[in-house]
Amino acid sequence: MSETSQLPSEPSEPSEPSEPSEPSEPSELSELSEPSELSGLSEPPKEPPVAPLTIPNPSLVVLVGVTGSGKSTFARRHFLPTQVLSSDFCRGLVADDENDQSATADAFDVLNFIAARRLTAGRLTVVDATNVQRTSRARLVELARAHDVLPVAIVLDVPESVCVARNADRPDRAFGAHVVRRQHGELRRSLRGLAREGFRRVHVLRSEAEIAAATIQYTPLLNDRRELTGPFDVIGDVHGCRDELEALLIRLGYQLRRDDEGRAVGGAHPEGRRAIFLGDLVDRGPDTPGVLRLAMGMVAAGEAFAVPGNHENKLVRALRGRQVRIGHGLAESLAQLGRETPEFRTEVEQFCDGLVSHLVLDGGRLVVAHAGLKEAYQGRASGRVRSFALYGDTTGESDEYGLPVRYPWARDYRGKAMVLYGHTPVPEPRWENNTLCLDTGCVFGGRLTALRYPERELVSVPAAREYFEPRRPLTEQHTEQPAEGPATRPEEEPSVDDGAVDPPAAGASDPGPASLIIDTGASVDRTTGPTARPDTLHVNDVLGRRFIETRHGGRVRIEEPNALAALEVMSRFAVDPRWLVYLPPTMSPPPTSTLPGLLEHPAEAFEAYRADGVEDLLCEQKHMGSRAVVVVCRDAATARGRFGAPDGVTGAVFTRTGRPFLAPDLTEALLARLRAAMATSGLWDELAAGWAVFDGEIMPWSAKAHALIRRQYAATGAAARAALPVAVDALARAVGRGVDVADLLERTRGRAANADAFTAAYQPYCWPVDGLDGLRFAPFMLLAAGGVAPAAPPIDQAAAAVAGGAGHAGDGQTARTYLHQDNLWHLAVADRLAAADPDLLATTARIRVNPADPDSVAAGTRWWEELTAAGGEGMVVKPFAGLARGKRGLALAGVKVRGREYLRIIYGADYTEAVHLERLRERGLGRKRSLAFREYALGLEALERTAAGEPLWRVHECVFAVLALESEPVDPRL
Amino acid sequence: MFLTVSTTYQPATDLGFLLHKHPDRVHRFDTAAGPAHVFYPEATDARCTAALLLEVDPVGLVRGSSRSTGRRGQAGGGRDTAGAHYVDDRPYAASSLLAVAMAAVFSTAMAGRCRARPELVTTPLPLSIRLPSLPCRGGGADLVRRLFEPLGWQVEANPLPLDPNFPDWGDAPHHDVTLTGTALLADALTQAYVLLPVLDDAKHYHVGRDEIDKLVREGARWLPGHPEQRLIARRYLAHRSGLATAALTQLSVAEDLTAEGIPDGFEPGRLTSDATEPDPAANAEPDRTMETGLTTNPEPGLIQAAGQGPSTVPSTVPGAVPGAVQGADADPVNGDGTPELPLAEQRRRAIMAELRTAGARRVADVGCGAGRLVARLVADRAFTEIVAVDVSHRALELTARRLHVEQMSDRDRERVRLVVSSLLYRDDRLTGMDAIVLSEVVEHVDPPRLPVLADVLLGHARPGTLLITTPNREYNVRYDGLPPGVLRHRDHRFEWTRAEFTAWIGDLVAGYPYRARIGGIGADDPEVGQPTQLAVLELAAPERGANR
Repeated sequence: MSETSQLPSEPSEPSEPSEPSEPSEPSELSELSEPSELSGLSEPPKEPPVAPLTIPNPSLVVLVGVTGSGKSTFARRHFLPTQVLSSDFCRGLVADDENDQSATADAFDVLNFIAARRLTAGRLTVVDATNVQRTSRARLVELARAHDVLPVAIVLDVPESVCVARNADRPDRAFGAHVVRRQHGELRRSLRGLAREGFRRVHVLRSEAEIAAATIQYTPLLNDRRELTGPFDVIGDVHGCRDELEALLIRLGYQLRRDDEGRAVGGAHPEGRRAIFLGDLVDRGPDTPGVLRLAMGMVAAGEAFAVPGNHENKLVRALRGRQVRIGHGLAESLAQLGRETPEFRTEVEQFCDGLVSHLVLDGGRLVVAHAGLKEAYQGRASGRVRSFALYGDTTGESDEYGLPVRYPWARDYRGKAMVLYGHTPVPEPRWENNTLCLDTGCVFGGRLTALRYPERELVSVPAAREYFEPRRPLTEQHTEQPAEGPATRPEEEPSVDDGAVDPPAAGASDPGPASLIIDTGASVDRTTGPTARPDTLHVNDVLGRRFIETRHGGRVRIEEPNALAALEVMSRFAVDPRWLVYLPPTMSPPPTSTLPGLLEHPAEAFEAYRADGVEDLLCEQKHMGSRAVVVVCRDAATARGRFGAPDGVTGAVFTRTGRPFLAPDLTEALLARLRAAMATSGLWDELAAGWAVFDGEIMPWSAKAHALIRRQYAATGAAARAALPVAVDALARAVGRGVDVADLLERTRGRAANADAFTAAYQPYCWPVDGLDGLRFAPFMLLAAGGVAPAAPPIDQAAAAVAGGAGHAGDGQTARTYLHQDNLWHLAVADRLAAADPDLLATTARIRVNPADPDSVAAGTRWWEELTAAGGEGMVVKPFAGLARGKRGLALAGVKVRGREYLRIIYGADYTEAVHLERLRERGLGRKRSLAFREYALGLEALERTAAGEPLWRVHECVFAVLALESEPVDPRL
Repeated sequence: MFLTVSTTYQPATDLGFLLHKHPDRVHRFDTAAGPAHVFYPEATDARCTAALLLEVDPVGLVRGSSRSTGRRGQAGGGRDTAGAHYVDDRPYAASSLLAVAMAAVFSTAMAGRCRARPELVTTPLPLSIRLPSLPCRGGGADLVRRLFEPLGWQVEANPLPLDPNFPDWGDAPHHDVTLTGTALLADALTQAYVLLPVLDDAKHYHVGRDEIDKLVREGARWLPGHPEQRLIARRYLAHRSGLATAALTQLSVAEDLTAEGIPDGFEPGRLTSDATEPDPAANAEPDRTMETGLTTNPEPGLIQAAGQGPSTVPSTVPGAVPGAVQGADADPVNGDGTPELPLAEQRRRAIMAELRTAGARRVADVGCGAGRLVARLVADRAFTEIVAVDVSHRALELTARRLHVEQMSDRDRERVRLVVSSLLYRDDRLTGMDAIVLSEVVEHVDPPRLPVLADVLLGHARPGTLLITTPNREYNVRYDGLPPGVLRHRDHRFEWTRAEFTAWIGDLVAGYPYRARIGGIGADDPEVGQPTQLAVLELAAPERGANR
């Protein structure tokens, strides 16, 4: 069987502005390991059975053959019908006639469109067209490259006579033999050039027998190592720092092997962990050969994997004697390698040459590449993928130090896979959208850093000294800052320094030229630039019709109009999204009671849970205030480190739609009290927490809803008190005159009494508040808590930071949820806080109920009756266990059972009259329950993602979705 | 839900003939809101009182509103939009429901027909009308007097406390009102019929074209020449709202907020300037239907009232600070005595001038509100791409209406895009513009979020030119109606002094490759400067080529 694999002539390296651009060379490295020999074109294969046709997956397979050569039959036999895009079929789609040649252009438009969609999704795609002309193939090669998949050609080279005969048998094909002859000629002329045209494999089947015998074998790309699940230790740029590499490997637990001369040549981990080198092992440092010897030994022994860096790429070319500019520390490497044996140099060249641009690991959850890799390029193969992996997303500009400006791809990264990379030294590794740069500038006197995967623990060792002087200061966050141009200041415009404010002098009706000019030019403080806001969200993270997969409640759909409403509320009113790690779900009432005078009663709530198989319940007093979520940090450093808080902000208190609950000063006052209560109760230490998130209720209701209470409820009561007595009086006088309005009089007297009851219903939830005086917070759930953000250790104390262990991952994002804790545990936390500060913090009364036990149900019902008789709103019935599961999956978080008098506020003063109650009982609860469930699932998901240290946008899409769902039209009285 | 009509005309019981209701019987009528009853607490020759009691069915009210519109929150305009499912005062107050009941029960009397005593129809009678619970929103007792006294009524209006247990809450909008005077009964009834909903400032049903006809018909005899005719027309033809508002309202319900709790953030500067311009929410649809009303209306002045001429009703401008409007527009003349342009118009002219100076062809107006500047841009073909951006879907609906997008030629349609977006989220649709206008917007953003706004605009969208206007807080002392320390719009999160604005612009150019010029718009005051501040940020030249 014939096979060819030709290397592409992709640009190998974007020229760096600091050096004169070199002539573009073919890449020395292939994503494919197959031999690159060309055979089978001139001589027929000797012996069937033939080897299978290997096809990388994904790829774009281009069938080549004259009409009648059997392409469609071949495609049907070897590929799924959906994988095959036939030009004939597309002609039919656009012209109702598969042979209408005038529709060919339109047909290929359709074909290309579908192929593009499939390739974007990484799906193997087969193009079934004659493709005997070079121009038509060139378009397909271009299509493959545009989607970073490999183009593969399968040529069906069938004798002309066979094709003519087959066409003659098909009445719909009126081609003359001359057409077949012409195509055959074109095919013959094409065969030799196919590889040069860019096809990475060319399979030529030269006879009907070969075609019949052919089999297909898919081969994964070399970067596809999804089967490797780790655990890994991923190591940033080493740059010849052998001492530090050995120290780091030892600290990571590797047992180094040494040769007779005592040189490290390998290292196994007793727990089977494997190292991954992120490239740039070489150059600049004191012992590039030593680093290579160790890394190559580990890779050869299966103890490590490596991806190439730009420095390896250049070293290979230098070792091959190519013309390269000696800079960036390459001289050191060449000098050091010059002292090694020629055999070693050959080994180095082969090792570096054989490295695959990036690796996709652990089922696709981890991607490693020297300079990182955006999602669209992961698992793909093309020149630009390789270029990105080696050099990053360069803008073609250079900064004031002459170094290339890199586009901040990580800021826009939304991929599922964690991306670990190096290439650009940073003072501290910092997670950004599930990506992490591990180059901490060892060779520049920084540290050598590794990340334990999947543990996400950073381990590092300090550099013994500065081996190489950095061209720009290491402490500066420069990588993601688009370049500043040279200071330009048009000379005709006068300029003033910042702060020198000239009074504006433009005229009244003619604004004229603005008068004050600010231009700080080159003295730009880069820390306030884009790098300072890596967490900025994108509208694509929230807008449009969206589906959100939740761990606990399945997939939740968000419709676009709801997202638009949420965008406005979120933008205009919500707190900083970094605080917004959770929004509470709405809560449904139980099925409607049929007891006289009642809409809601505990019996239905108990029964609903019992029917769902949840037989252990906790009833909690429902505080009549306003729902509040509180994020409290132990100290300002944590607030700054974990939440990016500005000075003076140590947490957030927000409402169920994300608005700040209190003015900033009151927020901080409340946080200070809660923080102190956390300390007094010992909870900070017990939870080993630096921050905590509580769900709860802030009272009184009038603290937040004062405008509503006055405008809506109090005004209603006032209107009733004004009108009804006058009406009663008039009716009484009419009765006195003998007019028959006695019934009406009685009804109106009843309404007057109901109106008084209405006013009495809201009054207990109103009391004056002055500052924090009078304000109560009843936390009823500790949702999540997180670790303390460590201060960035000085370089020479980096080793100490390593000892910090799991609680001190470098980004301070280690966190956990307490969703699995039972609800009594949560209330016990609240009790301890309330004991520490009883003036501010309130406990929540509770009773445990077994819905299958009549006595227990009776006790629960009595408890509710007493609560509501005393003016309480009612109670919330929750499963006792956290994340309780019922017969149909996750059980609802809670069901509210509101008291008879409280419901006057909701349904109106007269709702208890039989004539009204009958109609109100027709309320439909299905939507409300469904909404409560979806919001619950989204809230849980937001917390889980927060705890897992996922990027901000992943958390935000969940809370945003809760807000979007809240805008759904559901009867708000439920 | 209750009113009485009394007369001391001799014999007083003739009131029964005029009302077509026998004084010794109780008369029951079914209305959409519930049964209405007419009875007479007293009926002597000396004095006769007829009472109308409407037994509002609150349950039916809510069910009816959601059923008739198919979507909650759209039952009516104004206050009712938010309140459709809330308990409210309608079962007790004298509102539009009572007005509807009046029309049903007293239609003949209101039409001025009486077969038994035809001479009484044209005889002014000594009358007393008592409305024990009359809501007087946005004006209180004074408003009642302003509405009824020009019609010849003597007004007694006593306020009621909101809640006796909470005296510091103050008075309810409801007053116990007695109107005394001598008038034709038909006029008295129709005046009450029209003015009840005006005082309530909310109607419980959809305002359609027939409403306009009704106003023209009922008010024909007395509305022309009424000093408050504009306010009456405007409130009677209550505002309408769209889908986005309904969704927002739902969110306000979740927040225990009233409808007023969500101020219109998207009408920048309406307080100081736009108050003199037609409110698009009020006139976009109604004023076209008003054109047809014109044929039956002898008084063209009424048409203007639908929202053209200068408004004297601060309370009907959502979010505006009452009383400040007059201050902003008091004696708007320049030194030479020529009338001064409204500030918003000056802003638009200044912005257009800057855009032309910058040679901008692709322009985004971010926070475009109701689209006045966008309309100006569309009218100038030099602008080849115009993006109208607002975080409020409703604002863009208004913009689309203002631009008559559906009727645009393809050539113009291709130049305009309406985009719902937010300044706090990066958006690729805004990248690479020649210019972005941010007029009267930053002050609607909470200060802690401003760095994100800067990143979105200057770090991501990166226009060639960014124009920013914002109020100059120092100038506020020149607005007579604006109490010290109060901002110009209820949704403003801050207003900056010139020094504060300059400092912020300085921060922006320190962090991003821009140069800035700072100036102002509007009458220049030697002490406090111009009312509007303007900053022009220009992308540093080398960045322009690399804009991506």
